[in-house]
Amino acid sequence: MTWFTIIVAGIITYFMRMTMVALVDRDLLGERVKAVLAYVPSAVFPAIIFPGIFINDYGTFIEMNDPKIFGAIVAILVGYFSRNVIATIISGLFSYWIIIFLL
Amino acid sequence: MLSKKQIFSKGILAVAPHMFSVIPFGIVCGAIGIELGFSPVLVYAMSIIIFGGASQIVFLQLLSGGASALIAVTSVGVINSRHLLYGAVLSEYFEKLSFIKKLLISYLVVDQGFAESNKFFQKNRNETHLHYHLLGSGGTLWVCWQISTLAGIILGSFVPEELGLKFAVPLTFIAIVVQDIKKLDHVIVMITCGLSSLLFFDAPFKSYIIISPIIALFVAALVLRLKK
Repeated sequence: MTWFTIIVAGIITYFMRMTMVALVDRDLLGERVKAVLAYVPSAVFPAIIFPGIFINDYGTFIEMNDPKIFGAIVAILVGYFSRNVIATIISGLFSYWIIIFLL
Repeated sequence: MLSKKQIFSKGILAVAPHMFSVIPFGIVCGAIGIELGFSPVLVYAMSIIIFGGASQIVFLQLLSGGASALIAVTSVGVINSRHLLYGAVLSEYFEKLSFIKKLLISYLVVDQGFAESNKFFQKNRNETHLHYHLLGSGGTLWVCWQISTLAGIILGSFVPEELGLKFAVPLTFIAIVVQDIKKLDHVIVMITCGLSSLLFFDAPFKSYIIISPIIALFVAALVLRLKK
């Protein structure tokens, strides 16, 4: 039963990936829609970023002095000025670890 | 004009830095599956069949918590529905591909690969073999996801929870959007999405992950209208 469920979930996920690429004719989308679609990264990824920082494993809001907030601020600053993905991730993780393990 | 091989390599190089977050997250994902009591084969098979980090964890957590199969499948569908938006963006660049190639390449569309390849596509619209970039980025993510979830399944409880490795996930996406914070219109869209995701976090089936992008895109449409 679990196997069947996984396969159905996989097929649905695949359809989400495939539908717009394979089945929808781009010409159907007007210029206005295309202009709005240029915002997709900015409109989607914060929905992963914000809960990943502000909500803990139990689904409740973190305290304002949570080390994840400090880690995220460091990552934003390092990322903005270095333009380097590795530096962004590492600086965020390390500043987070420094607070939880050393302070 | 770049060769297929050159574009493919650029795709690999573009996502390579994200391995610092994909690999830890894959390990966590595999380890959680085992911890929840599922068989190693089943946990690993999900990495091939579903191939979507967050949705795999939610799926197993729901089933182990006693939720029905219908609820688990619906949640996976809702969480992964954001790929419809990625597909809509990518369709412009894959227009000339044959139907079969479109079907095959779709399997490799995942968050970081989409994000990095899309950045490349915007700057190199006129290249002929654009899709090789996504083959490189998505293929690299696929291979690393397989290896890291397997590692998590094997290492299991050896991965200390206190490390908070899941925190690498928001960091990798910060790295993707951080350069856009110099553009006011993008900042407005990002904040709208972020605040909406917190506001709707408790909505059923994790639907905050698609509700907030839709709200943010409506705001983007408004912003575009005001800019004119």
